[in-house]
Amino acid sequence: MSLLEVEDLRVTFTTEDGPVLAVKRMSFALESGEILALVGESGCGKSVTAMSIPRLLPTSGVEIEGAVRLGGRDLTALAERDLEALRGKEISVVFQEPMTSLNPAYTVGRQIVEVLRRHERLNSRKALDRAVELLELVGIPDARRRCDSYPHQLSGGMRQRVMIAIGVACNPKVLIADEPTTALDVTIQAGVLEVIANLRDTLGTAVVLITHDLGVVAKVADRVVVMYAGRSVEEAPVDSLFAAPQHPYTMGLIDALPSSALLRGTRRLEEIPGMVPPPTSDPDECEFAARCPRASARCTSARPALKVSEAEHRVACYHPGRKEVGRVS
Amino acid sequence: MSQVGLATAAPVVRVSQGRRLRRRFLRRPMAVIGLVLVAAFVLLALVGPLVSGDPLAQDFGARLAPPSAHHLLGTDDLGRDVFARIAHGARVSLLAGVASTALAVVVGVPIGLGAGYFRGWLDSAIMRLNDVLLAFPFLIFAVGLAAILGASLRNVVLALAIAQLPSVIRITRGEALVLRDQDFVSGAVADGARPITIMFRYLLPNSLNALIVQATVAIPGAIIGEAALSFLGLGVQPPTPSWGVMLTTAQQFLAQAPQLAIFPGLMIALATLGFNLLGDGLRDVLDPRSH
Amino acid sequence: MSAENVLTVRGLTKHYLGGSRLRGTQHVVRAVDGVDLRIAAGEILGLVGESGSGKSTVGRCVTRLTTPTSGTIELLGKDISRRSQRQLRPLRREVHIVFQDPYSSLNPRMTIGEIIAEPLRQQGIRSRRERDLGVAEMLERTGLRQEMRTRYPHELSGGQRQRVALARALIRRPRLVVADEPVSALDVSVQASILNLLLELQRDLGFSCLFISHDLSVVEFISDRIAVMYLGRIVETTSRERLFREPQHPYTQALLSAAPVPDPALARGRERVILRGDLPSAAAMPAGCRFHTRCPVAVDRCRTDDPALVGVTAPDHLVACHLVEPGRGAPDITAVRRADADHST
Ligand SMILES: Nc1ncnc2c1ncn2[C@@H]1O[C@H](COP(=O)(O)OP(=O)(O)O)[C@@H](O)[C@H]1O
Ligand SMILES: Nc1ncnc2c1ncn2[C@@H]1O[C@H](COP(=O)(O)OP(=O)(O)O)[C@@H](O)[C@H]1O
Ligand SMILES: [Mg+2]
Ligand SMILES: [Mg+2]
Repeated sequence: MSLLEVEDLRVTFTTEDGPVLAVKRMSFALESGEILALVGESGCGKSVTAMSIPRLLPTSGVEIEGAVRLGGRDLTALAERDLEALRGKEISVVFQEPMTSLNPAYTVGRQIVEVLRRHERLNSRKALDRAVELLELVGIPDARRRCDSYPHQLSGGMRQRVMIAIGVACNPKVLIADEPTTALDVTIQAGVLEVIANLRDTLGTAVVLITHDLGVVAKVADRVVVMYAGRSVEEAPVDSLFAAPQHPYTMGLIDALPSSALLRGTRRLEEIPGMVPPPTSDPDECEFAARCPRASARCTSARPALKVSEAEHRVACYHPGRKEVGRVS
Repeated sequence: MSQVGLATAAPVVRVSQGRRLRRRFLRRPMAVIGLVLVAAFVLLALVGPLVSGDPLAQDFGARLAPPSAHHLLGTDDLGRDVFARIAHGARVSLLAGVASTALAVVVGVPIGLGAGYFRGWLDSAIMRLNDVLLAFPFLIFAVGLAAILGASLRNVVLALAIAQLPSVIRITRGEALVLRDQDFVSGAVADGARPITIMFRYLLPNSLNALIVQATVAIPGAIIGEAALSFLGLGVQPPTPSWGVMLTTAQQFLAQAPQLAIFPGLMIALATLGFNLLGDGLRDVLDPRSH
Repeated sequence: MSAENVLTVRGLTKHYLGGSRLRGTQHVVRAVDGVDLRIAAGEILGLVGESGSGKSTVGRCVTRLTTPTSGTIELLGKDISRRSQRQLRPLRREVHIVFQDPYSSLNPRMTIGEIIAEPLRQQGIRSRRERDLGVAEMLERTGLRQEMRTRYPHELSGGQRQRVALARALIRRPRLVVADEPVSALDVSVQASILNLLLELQRDLGFSCLFISHDLSVVEFISDRIAVMYLGRIVETTSRERLFREPQHPYTQALLSAAPVPDPALARGRERVILRGDLPSAAAMPAGCRFHTRCPVAVDRCRTDDPALVGVTAPDHLVACHLVEPGRGAPDITAVRRADADHST
């Protein structure tokens, strides 16, 4: 049994313009101590998938189906009160923009202490000591003094570290980080990613890392789920994904990077033609077929299932693998 | 949670903006009620006088008569038909409300756009003065102006327009201030567009939503303003029918003929309510942050 | 010398007043603080640096969307740094700008056709037919369908909007295009098509480009020459090949080592240099070399002397660092990290 299992997750929003099928079907598992990256272009359903795990989506205008199991316990069956006890303690979330998630009126020390006291029954002295420890853990220098800072007195990188500190304050089993470094500069990003990797090493926290940046994936992930139009189209250990991507979409994403063109020594980037389909329907076909260089009649007649192609490497494609390039007309 | 962020990531859905706004508007019952009230008011002002008969004709046989088949809303102390007077009064109210607001917009918008776009000392000076004027409540300001200008319909419109000016300027300037820093305005500067072009081709069209909302809030204010000025004898002069004038006369007969006060009062209330509801609805529909 | 350059910038500074006078927190923000740049005809100069380093401010000065505090900006040999907007008008057609955010850079109340035609209109081209011809050509060149002409910006995707922004910027055939993070808001696949388009247009039309980005891989891909900016200054500038082959300035080295690479083996094996702390604020500029507060190899001299941007190792490789010496080349910033590690174990 895996630490966290998401099975057949479907999320549909009801909007003024009709239903939005944000997540059409997602299944994946997270092992303890693992960093699992969820990658894909904007709008493919990464954030919605992540938010459905601790049930943080709005309660009205949205329909969630499927199961989310943490240590075998089905979270979809839990009452809101039990979920509140669970959030922050067993699963915590770090968002992209730390300024909006921190309370500007309280010092960061107080905000960490609050989380600790809510879940851990520590006295305030012990909680403060632990807050300092946590800030040190995420690489904030002069942590005791920093406890008295207000969020606006910190830089973006520092705030994101504080958010992570709050996230791991109660030693959660799972940390969900939604684009935690997207708003940060590379030199700062490198430090924050290192913090996340260290947490996994020292505390054994399992991490769902959401990102659109394949460079970030390569740097810290153990395993990767590639999403396209609300589904996972490929799932693989990180080395295997970059060395031998199986889905044409994954290949497209990798080849479109400027560094890929630099490696090939050309001044032309590989493009993925066309656009992501709008999330308004769920046809029984490969939704990437319209943009795929190797699409065949089969691709549009039935949706390919996510199947094992090699050890631990799964792909939803009838024509997977690099080798087929050029062979299919 | 970052719902706003999530929603903006939505891929483009090609529904025409007009249709979407209409749908959004129709989903708000209060806004629709407002629209109906305003439409009825405008209809009354335009068509009412054509069918209602002469508002000055006196029926000496029926003074202070209650509503009847002959006089739909009864008659006043001089035997004049109240319905005819209400219908003609609607014209005065509409004129006072719409004309004064239009005048304030025509004068205030360029000032506000200029102040917001150029900033600098002129802006500071205009805004200082504006703040002083805004410190006076609208009605008191209008009463003061009307007292200076003298009583006539034209002067009522003028006084109400001037009294509205500060808030029009403030709102337009606020819009211009936000817009001037947007990239598409910088792009126009890089094109070599003249300030006049930028103000009227770039800033104004993008301030329109705010101005429409402001107008729907200002018009009922001006309608009440006209009624108040006329009530105080500073506005429309008898025998010209105006809801404010009607209220003034009704005062003396409150005990005998309360309908004389009730009908114009009700009209003022309904017209004001209509514009306010419509304005609130438009604000919700046009403001992209509200959904 | 400067005659053959499309753009020559010397000693450019732009200081803003920050804080509030009422609360007594007013201070000078030195957004750009002595920048020299030149761009030759048909050249793409990449300007790279962390956010807040002053890149956009340089772009806004060069396009005279703001007036520099001091310094000269020569566009096609004419100093535009102090011209009034009216005096600038004849030169406006020679330089254009493309912004980062494709959602705020197009007037939401105009159709795409009007938006693209707007520069021609402002240039005084009255003939509707002439403008329409120009628009048709630009739609074609930027790969947009002719029907787009009657659409409004909100009906377009981010990538399409950025194509419109390019069409608009190029319709007057400027000699210089300032592109301020033009692909930073786009997904990789869209980014690829916009970068390809920009290169293609540049080859066809031959304009020069100041390409501003915080993304090293994008800058490496697109630029002929690169300038690295830190806190309002250029700290290193040279050809693309040279910069990536032998980066000299410790900041450039740190930037290169922090940049994510899409190759797990490489990412893991790489010696990473994590810079201490954050970018200091442009309002409280460190004395001496402004990078010394984060520099892993700073020495005493760095805390007091401000290094000049000079060609030590090669005449066309300018670096502002005391530690770069002729013959010895770049300081090894990874050595410090290893020493640190040895020390602590
Ligand atoms: N609250 C919401 N209401 C309606 N649609 C939503 C909402 N949140 C997300 N969506 C839609 O769901 C889809 C997936 O969004 P998201 O998970 O945020 O994508 P990602 O994080 O991969 O960029 C998008 O089309 C988005 O517009
Ligand atoms: N209009 C302005 N007023 C005050 N400070 C500004 C203004 N524009 C930019 N700055 C400041 O100047 C510095 C450089 O900003 P910018 O040029 O936008 O950097 P970059 O584009 O490299 O991120 C920052 O510290 C920023 O806060
Ligand atoms: Mg997201
Ligand atoms: Mg910038």
